[in-house]
Amino acid sequence: MSISLLLLVVAVIGVAGYMVGSWRANALAGGRLSNLHSRPGYYGSFVAIWAMLPAIVVLLVWIVASPIYISSTVRAGFPEEVKATSQAEQNLGYNMIGAIARGMAMLSAEEREALFKDGTTARSLLATKGVPLAADPAPYMLKSADDLSRMSRASSTFLSILVVLAAAVGAFFSYRAIAPRFRARNRVEGVMLVGLIAASSIAILTTVGIVASMATEAIHFFNRVPAWEFFFGTVWDPRFAAAGSTDSSGQFGLIPLLAGTLYIGLVAMLVAVPVGLFAAIYMSEYASRHVRSVAKPLLEVLAGIPTIVYGFFALVTVGPFLRDLSEQLNGLVTGDYSNFIQAQSVLTAGFVMGIMLIPYVSSLSDDIITAVPRAMRDGSLGLGATRSETIKRVILPAALPGIVGALLMTASRAVGETMIVVLAAGVAARIQLNPFEPMTTVTVKIVSQLTGDLEFTSPQTLVAFALGITLFFITLCLNIYALYIVRKYREQYE
Amino acid sequence: MNMMSEAAVEKALDKKMNDISYKMIGKDVSVYYGDKRALYDVNLNVRQNTVTALIGPSGCGKSTFLRTLNRMNDTIEGCRVTGRITLDTDDIYDPNIDVVELRARVGMVFQKPNPFPKSIYENVAYGPRIHGLAKAKADMDAIVESSLQKAGLWNEVKDRLLEGGTGLSGGQQQRLCIARAVAVSPEVILMDEPCSALDPIATAKVEELIHELRANFTIVIVTHSMQQAARVSQRTAMFHLGNLVEENDTDKMFTNPDDQRTQDYIMGRFG
Repeated sequence: MSISLLLLVVAVIGVAGYMVGSWRANALAGGRLSNLHSRPGYYGSFVAIWAMLPAIVVLLVWIVASPIYISSTVRAGFPEEVKATSQAEQNLGYNMIGAIARGMAMLSAEEREALFKDGTTARSLLATKGVPLAADPAPYMLKSADDLSRMSRASSTFLSILVVLAAAVGAFFSYRAIAPRFRARNRVEGVMLVGLIAASSIAILTTVGIVASMATEAIHFFNRVPAWEFFFGTVWDPRFAAAGSTDSSGQFGLIPLLAGTLYIGLVAMLVAVPVGLFAAIYMSEYASRHVRSVAKPLLEVLAGIPTIVYGFFALVTVGPFLRDLSEQLNGLVTGDYSNFIQAQSVLTAGFVMGIMLIPYVSSLSDDIITAVPRAMRDGSLGLGATRSETIKRVILPAALPGIVGALLMTASRAVGETMIVVLAAGVAARIQLNPFEPMTTVTVKIVSQLTGDLEFTSPQTLVAFALGITLFFITLCLNIYALYIVRKYREQYE
Repeated sequence: MNMMSEAAVEKALDKKMNDISYKMIGKDVSVYYGDKRALYDVNLNVRQNTVTALIGPSGCGKSTFLRTLNRMNDTIEGCRVTGRITLDTDDIYDPNIDVVELRARVGMVFQKPNPFPKSIYENVAYGPRIHGLAKAKADMDAIVESSLQKAGLWNEVKDRLLEGGTGLSGGQQQRLCIARAVAVSPEVILMDEPCSALDPIATAKVEELIHELRANFTIVIVTHSMQQAARVSQRTAMFHLGNLVEENDTDKMFTNPDDQRTQDYIMGRFG
């Protein structure tokens, strides 16, 4: 039975278990539901869970364990001279055996016999069945392939029996457990709780996994390049090694990239913070409910635009516009029509990134300003303060810690933003203060170091992981600090 | 009384009538929240230097009426007021009236103590500061001290004026809010169930304070407590289902009300 069919059977048993379980609970209740500890649906769910859960666990374990067992058994049957070859060669062989086994399953009995008599026809024969082989199979492979396909078939049959049995046994015993005072509701909710815990731990474990994988690669990098050269180096010049030479490792100074990241982030925040904050104040304090219901979703549409689209916008519209504008301005003032703003510049990238960040600032700040208790507003208005005095002197001070937290979270987005800077900031890694010149960021360099056909073990590639983990660390610190501030602010009212 | 001639009685009554001066006059006041009508043509006058208590079951419109007196209803979306309310001679719903100025003349204390998350000093100085009542720091210090004194809080907080107002106890916070309202030197102070969040001892202090404030201010107070209305007020107005049922001297109201519904409410038969 195929896996999907098996799952279907398990599901059918589960549904049947649900129906039988609730029917039995109803029968036990004898017309008075208060005789039961739980509502009949819970008894049904209890049976369904115990029918499906163990069966699915068995299925998953089998799917993982069975190929490992089969593979080791088949390999143990390899001739001695094959076992003596390298692991990689054995793997190749085993892959080919797998292909042959797949093809064999499609052959008729006569074709199989013919195949075993004359192994040299294998390639052409299997090709007619749509299974291409890379080379003529070695003689031992046919036998191994035969073993493999036999064991796979046995495994599949055994699995089907085991799973259906597990479902049936689970359903049977849970059905037997149904009694009027049986606490089905508590049991079912217990299982649900476990499910919820599993879901949240997946998110956390994934983060841990990502950090671990980045850290391992970064450690490889730091084995080649000293950490202090990376963190305090002021020159970014990862010269790509010429073919054959081994010594040209280049310089991997983080400082120019970090400077560019922070500079562009600063420009972005200069754009996003005032605009976003003012928008939030308007939305939360002045806008009528009608205006708010239209304008707020519109503003939040900005947050839904993919950042690569902002990148286009920067590349095609904002960059050339700023370049032409500077050309005209320069011409009007000095008579020399040359542009002083580059099309790719800190200003372009920062400005467009700022626009991208506006909805984050406004939406987060809006929530925080709205959370200031109404009593504060009433108290101030009741003393004869105007709306704007109330906002300036009462609401903003009360909301300030929360807003600062929101801004820090926004800043961590700015630091991690990639697509806009890839298209609009330029690739020149340098330390300078002119916002009209291109600079580059950590994220841009991660992209450029990883997209290429360099071998994966060279420092030029591995540096991407060191950059990544640095970036991760920066945004993590910003977020933790932001959360700390927001939490502190919450304590003020309750 | 029997000893006096009829003429003398007339004269005494006339004198009494003449003594009454109305601080605020509400005529045919109706309030709508969207399509829902909350007040029906209420005619209620507020006497100068008098504590007027508004009583009635929940949802009867007493708080709504209170809030019309300094136009706090303006902050509620969809709220509409008809009729005429005057403060001295000014129609407070006249478009020429500055609502900010009105609220400086008619202050408000809320149900739940709502000190700003600032220091005690700054809480009291907030109103005078936005209205420019003090030029020098010394003037402001004087206003803060006298306001806290009027609110009976000075002795408790004089050593910690720079500490947060939210750190005070509930009763102290409410008296701080009264001091904050007093600091603007309003003519009328509106109180919306000012003791409902306080324990009996704090309540007693605030009630005592209301008594003393009467000398300088006109006070309108909404309360759910009959005893409180009887203790602190001279005039009482009873609301029911958005109508003003009866308005009378407090003593008369609690001993011999004119309206059966007032009697029933005070005796605890409904509400």
